Amino acid sequence: MSILVIAEHDNAVLKAATLNTITAAAQLGSDITILVAGQGCGAVAEAAAQVIGVKKVLVADAPHYANQLAENVAALVVSLAGSYSHILAPATAAGKNTLPRVAALLDVAQISDVIKVESVNTFVRPIYAGNVLATVQSKDGIKVMTVRGTAFPAATATGGFATVEAVAAVADAGVSRFVSQQLTQSNRPELTAARIIISGGRGMGNGDNFKLLEEVADKLNAAVGASRAAVDAGFVPNDYQVGQTGKVVAPDLYIAVGISGAIQHLAGMKDSKVIVAINKDEEAPIFQVADYGLVADLFVAIPELSRELDQLKAAG
Amino acid sequence: MKILVAVKRVVDYNVKVRAKADGSGVETANVKMSMNPFDEIAIEEAVRLQEAGKAKEIVAVSLGVAACQDTLRTALAMGADRGILVETDVELQPLAVAKLLKAVVDQEQPDLIILGKQAIDDDANQTGQMLAALLGWAQGTFASRIEIGAGEINVTREVDGGLETIAIKLPAVVTSDLRLNEPRFVKLPNIMKAKKKPLAVLKPAELGVDVAPRLVTLKVQEPPKRQAGIKVDTVAILVDKLRNEAHVI
Repeated sequence: MSILVIAEHDNAVLKAATLNTITAAAQLGSDITILVAGQGCGAVAEAAAQVIGVKKVLVADAPHYANQLAENVAALVVSLAGSYSHILAPATAAGKNTLPRVAALLDVAQISDVIKVESVNTFVRPIYAGNVLATVQSKDGIKVMTVRGTAFPAATATGGFATVEAVAAVADAGVSRFVSQQLTQSNRPELTAARIIISGGRGMGNGDNFKLLEEVADKLNAAVGASRAAVDAGFVPNDYQVGQTGKVVAPDLYIAVGISGAIQHLAGMKDSKVIVAINKDEEAPIFQVADYGLVADLFVAIPELSRELDQLKAAG
Repeated sequence: MKILVAVKRVVDYNVKVRAKADGSGVETANVKMSMNPFDEIAIEEAVRLQEAGKAKEIVAVSLGVAACQDTLRTALAMGADRGILVETDVELQPLAVAKLLKAVVDQEQPDLIILGKQAIDDDANQTGQMLAALLGWAQGTFASRIEIGAGEINVTREVDGGLETIAIKLPAVVTSDLRLNEPRFVKLPNIMKAKKKPLAVLKPAELGVDVAPRLVTLKVQEPPKRQAGIKVDTVAILVDKLRNEAHVI
């Protein structure tokens, strides 16, 4: 087995999701190569070379890889694909964008959102918002798959000594170009990497009220998330969304505030270790998955939680 | 501009899906079926472009069993001009769907194809990207905003860190995310009108596409159920439990 893992990065930093994908790769075999496609991405390649389990890092450095445009990255991956039995990418926005393109060009199926490796050709993946798990076997020569980060622990980021090799860029397809981005600025941890997450739903009432959650988040070093209802209502940006079609998270502690618990939301957080639900509707389905439920008005309970955390801190 | 929209018939999003006892699939007998919600958004976007005078014709395509005609009629009632059903009883996986759609595109020659970013049954999130690859076209996936320009479109995409805007050359493939628009409710007169709109039926063999599945589903099962925990009466008790029982804060 020889496995190619597409690195997720922003030309400066290797994103954590890559480390989870490397763990999935290691369950397939030990010959693991990482592809870093970007512009001025040398630091990312160096970081990838230090991940335990990685044998080789391929770097394709060209202006048309700077923004991970799917047309260009997919063509590059296809140019390298012949040497590999498996091609993996994290099931992130970038991986989901590019990898199906790779699969189609190779005339193979893609296995999306793998949560378990059963063998080199058999994998488990969630369907129907995670209400059902399908075990699927691939009949294709090259297995192309995206990996759900929460299902695999992160590989150790340092201590390895992989070789770094430059590979030739494929010509710019010339059909797409990056225009701009509006990234949410935050000093809090990223949702998919946070140990604690506090999420708000429609019950928050408006975007301003999310400040209540942010205050608690800062005391717990937590990330702030949201249900689809809160995002659709414009309370918070799209990248806050946890659920079937948003981000899938599995922190140690997930605090759902004013979230009823639609199956589409549960799909994104039900693998959290400990779930707390705070909702004034005691019939809310979120209580069926919560380890600790508090039936209360969030506008009373959250400020109180904030004060309790202060006391906890003061008491050491 | 001619727009082609793909629509999928799926188990309605409100249905609690269950695995069959023998693990061969999910229960779909006597279950409500609807248009995939992301595809409703795709149709809505096409209709809005037509209403804004930017699109001439909208062709809706569905692939699957004969009952997909219902899904196509919904698309026609929302405003699509005509429908094409590629009819087959074979389980269609994303690569096969992309190949069939490519064959339809070769005949129809649209300038823009809009699809839902994923179907809520198999949650694959692949078809649009695969179709773009097979056509050699640009793709704008997970779109929350589309602006039509001269020979290209600007697509604002929902990405992990926020939003990203790219410019892609036409013809192109766009996949819709949740915030692209809010689909309209279909009015009764439009349902009646939709019954008279043309709907063609094709077979995969006529399109020269091999639709044999590449992935074999060995079994389908429900994940272990999470047990409901306890209710606590006060915030103070909650904090105490989280600290001294669950050890997470």
